[in-house]
Amino acid sequence: MPEWLEYVHDRYAYWAIVFLMIIGLYGMLFKNNLHKKVVGMIIFQNSMILLFVTAAFKWDATVPVRDAEIDVNVVGNYLNPLPHTLMLTAIVVGVAIVGVAFALLIKIYDNYGTIEEDELLEKLQSPAPEDDDSEDSFPSKGGSV
Amino acid sequence: MKMSKGKKLLGFASLLALTVLLLVAVDSLPKRGLPDAPAHQVINAAGNPGAGAYFIRSAYEDAATPNMVTVVLGDYRSFDTLGEVVVVFAAAIACYLILRRREDEEK
Amino acid sequence: MTNPSQSLIIKMVSRTLAAFIQVFGLYVIIHGHYSPGGGFQGGALLAAGVLLIRMTEGREASQPTLATAIATPLASLGAVIFAGLGVVILFFGGNYMDYGAVPVPGMEPAMIRYYGILIVEVGIGLAVMTGLVSIFDDMVRTNRQSGPDLGKGGLS
Repeated sequence: MPEWLEYVHDRYAYWAIVFLMIIGLYGMLFKNNLHKKVVGMIIFQNSMILLFVTAAFKWDATVPVRDAEIDVNVVGNYLNPLPHTLMLTAIVVGVAIVGVAFALLIKIYDNYGTIEEDELLEKLQSPAPEDDDSEDSFPSKGGSV
Repeated sequence: MKMSKGKKLLGFASLLALTVLLLVAVDSLPKRGLPDAPAHQVINAAGNPGAGAYFIRSAYEDAATPNMVTVVLGDYRSFDTLGEVVVVFAAAIACYLILRRREDEEK
Repeated sequence: MTNPSQSLIIKMVSRTLAAFIQVFGLYVIIHGHYSPGGGFQGGALLAAGVLLIRMTEGREASQPTLATAIATPLASLGAVIFAGLGVVILFFGGNYMDYGAVPVPGMEPAMIRYYGILIVEVGIGLAVMTGLVSIFDDMVRTNRQSGPDLGKGGLS
């Protein structure tokens, strides 16, 4: 293998993770829609999960399930089980976070009728009590929030 | 109240700077799949036994279970997993509390 | 999603598929000692089976599979199985979650740990399954106050 190809071969997984992370960060910073921000957060989370799974990888190793024919005492025979366990729990926490985030979004939509950030800020900054004129924009809700 | 042009440009510049910074940092990470990487060492730099190597070697003797991930999840780090289950339960409770309809809201 | 699907094909396919998904979820939980799997993955599969029925048959018709009212109590039961096992071990003089300290006659500590992990996995599976179903039920509620222009179908 030429030298530059070896260089790429050793690092391309990390590069992909870096780009995934930047895409998630871009979504969280620049998108105006709160739902798209949550999607950016999910992408960011998954890039971190991939980073840990990449760190657990070893060449010529098998999955961390004991096989009687493969010696357990040679550590290089099995992938590192610790990052896999940590990421297993991280995925579950990620699902829980996404569930709560979407619940908050539903509540925001119920109360304000929008999940666009700029419209939301406008509605938050406008004086709350006189929402008689804004009543027609979300008909079923009365009262301030 | 859209993001102003200057702000957007600044944001893109900082994202680009972060990308370059991370790509440079990747260069000093251990190569992918190297069996001698610090995370896989039997005795780590501080002189303690490395966790990953210890789990691989003694999981079957300790719990008679071939799947090392299950042993780490359910036995070695079971307190961590208990926290995980509590997080899922707390998320379910939080969703209920956020989305329930109060009495005075029903019209 | 609270109303039943109109398509006969979707109904029949999901009815058939849900049973196999549930059986596979149980297999993943119980066989987690010997192959990739465990409480979290199996619990997610069990929840997928319940939610498939709930989405196609509508909320009312799918109550017998897992009632909305008992989802959260079952989730707490799963957490209690997990935490309670640790407390039981405390009474035998072991550390919290140190399964090997429980004296079971005719069984070496490694096998006791084996069964301890199994009980823990069942608790995790129960908690994750009912937790996910409960989150879904909270989000997709009947007679939600409809927001502005959600389209014909609306969210609920």
